[in-house]
Amino acid sequence: MKNEIIKIDKLSRVFRVGSEDVHALKHVSFSIYEGEFVSIMGTSGSGKSTLLNILGCLDTPTSGEYSIDGVKISTRSKSELSKIRNTKIGFVFQNYNLLARTTAIDNVMLPLLYNNKIPAKEKRDRAIEALKAVGLESRMNHMPNQLSGGQQQRVAIARALVNDPVILLADEATGNLDTRTSYEIMTLFQDLHSQGKTIAFVTHEPDISAFTDRIILLRDGHIIKDTEVTPISAKEALEKLPPPEVD
Amino acid sequence: MNILNLVKIAITALLRNKIRSLLTMLGIIIGISSVIAMVSLGQASTINVKKEFSAMGSNLIMVMPSWQRRGGVNMGNTNSKCLTSKDYKLISNNTRYIKYISPMVNASAQGIYGSKNHPCLINGVSPDFLEIRNFELERGIMFDEQNIKELAKVCVIGQTVLKELFPSEDPIGKVIRFGNIPMKVIGILKSKGSSQDGQDPDDIVFAPYTTIQRRFMAINHYNMFYASATSEEESELAATELTYILRNSHKIDGNKEDDFEIMTQEAIISSISKVTQALTILLSAIASISLVVGGIGIMNIMYVTVTERTKEIGLRMAIGAQNKDILLQFLAESIILSLIGGIIGIIFGLILSYILAIVLNWPYVLSIKAIFISFFVCAATGIFFGWYPAKKAARLDPIAALRYE
Repeated sequence: MKNEIIKIDKLSRVFRVGSEDVHALKHVSFSIYEGEFVSIMGTSGSGKSTLLNILGCLDTPTSGEYSIDGVKISTRSKSELSKIRNTKIGFVFQNYNLLARTTAIDNVMLPLLYNNKIPAKEKRDRAIEALKAVGLESRMNHMPNQLSGGQQQRVAIARALVNDPVILLADEATGNLDTRTSYEIMTLFQDLHSQGKTIAFVTHEPDISAFTDRIILLRDGHIIKDTEVTPISAKEALEKLPPPEVD
Repeated sequence: MNILNLVKIAITALLRNKIRSLLTMLGIIIGISSVIAMVSLGQASTINVKKEFSAMGSNLIMVMPSWQRRGGVNMGNTNSKCLTSKDYKLISNNTRYIKYISPMVNASAQGIYGSKNHPCLINGVSPDFLEIRNFELERGIMFDEQNIKELAKVCVIGQTVLKELFPSEDPIGKVIRFGNIPMKVIGILKSKGSSQDGQDPDDIVFAPYTTIQRRFMAINHYNMFYASATSEEESELAATELTYILRNSHKIDGNKEDDFEIMTQEAIISSISKVTQALTILLSAIASISLVVGGIGIMNIMYVTVTERTKEIGLRMAIGAQNKDILLQFLAESIILSLIGGIIGIIFGLILSYILAIVLNWPYVLSIKAIFISFFVCAATGIFFGWYPAKKAARLDPIAALRYE
């Protein structure tokens, strides 16, 4: 049996909007095991963002249990949650969220700045290592505005990898990219997955979720489908695309 | 997050908005430099006053009749006849702490020589007066005890009187007519230079006090005594001694009030110093208002910065920044902003006070204390006015902050 990275049990999240209670998640239970590449799908309003926020320890459930890497988070304080985010989770956002006018390597190093246990020299080495893993070691000293969208997202992925998290959480990570670049990013995710990374990928695009090996479908706060699928190779899909137009 | 990183991040953030940072600092710069200039100006004026009064004489003590009140009306002190030759004799014979003493009788008259004339203030004094007030003779001699006994019609004149009445002549031996009293010039005083109080110390004529008493004013009392204590430390003792002698002489007993007033140079200096100090505090207080305004400027800009960088704050929180990390980051920014502003302000303040010192011809005082205090005030301003914006940043909800557009 593989390690249970994420385990949620009868998880509910209720928001109070005015005088009404909105049940964003209703008794959701599932687990993600080490080495899985899961996509969480659903239309807007299905509760996938709420789920992602809870998985990312940015939000806490109203009821139910959530543990990440064996650590129960329901009872943790804000600063303990910060530490968990810092050491166990790597976030990849739709709009990259890179710091402007900050070099790629400084952006990648950012999570390590909040971890006092790592010596300064090692921080830099690890950031270079992470940039190598996404194939951007040559752009180390470029500012975000000197990079293309795909490259910016790679920097963001390097930033998510730099703290060696137990899980990568990607939120519509290809949402701002064209098809070709999306496939390139998915190729990178599949590579990382093949190296043993655990990835949870939130998306509403079925052709993106086709690259993952398990699909959890949410609707109105319930899981309506949770199936293992045989993923399509993003690399092959990329090769099948018509060649990019050259001006 | 260590301090070095905090400072680095803060400086990077401030450099991103150079003009804005500079304008924000301007408030602090103006505030600090005006406080520094005001404090240094105040100290310079205190030193100046002390210098001025020390030049008046050494260990000077003045005795004058008290102001007379009759039925609640202040009659001034000019009419009092309480200081007499009996007092003078008693003091001269019995004192232990007074080195020199001179009575003073004032008269004013139009001095006429040939076709020239000049309004003169004539001080009737004893020869000791030169020592008491640090006057020196340039030429000629001072009148002596014999002249005083004889009510001699001799005088010693200051440089201004010399210039007005004898522009091209040697005055020694010449006779100036004051009204219808002819006085022979026997000496000329050295110049005392200019005085800050606007009075010309060289526009003066000295004559034997008896001459002024009898020939000019027809009175038997003195207007004042000028005395010089044996040393600075003993001037208080000398004042006490004078009080004792004069009370005896004037037969004032028990708890009745003195009919005279004694002022020591130290007391005058300290009372004037108090005034200049109060002025310094007042001016500094006004200047520090601009410091407060500068601080509010920092607060305002920090609020704008926090709002602008909501997304960055969200990201930092998502990747593991704790609330205190965010708080410290923004606090560091406002502290660095105000400290850099403070340092520039201190430099400007020093330059400003230097220029003022040159323009006003005052001593230049560099107040280390003021510099240190301003530095800490800046740090405190940074913390105080940066706290709420930083707290606001630290309290942001990471989910909402990440979504903020």
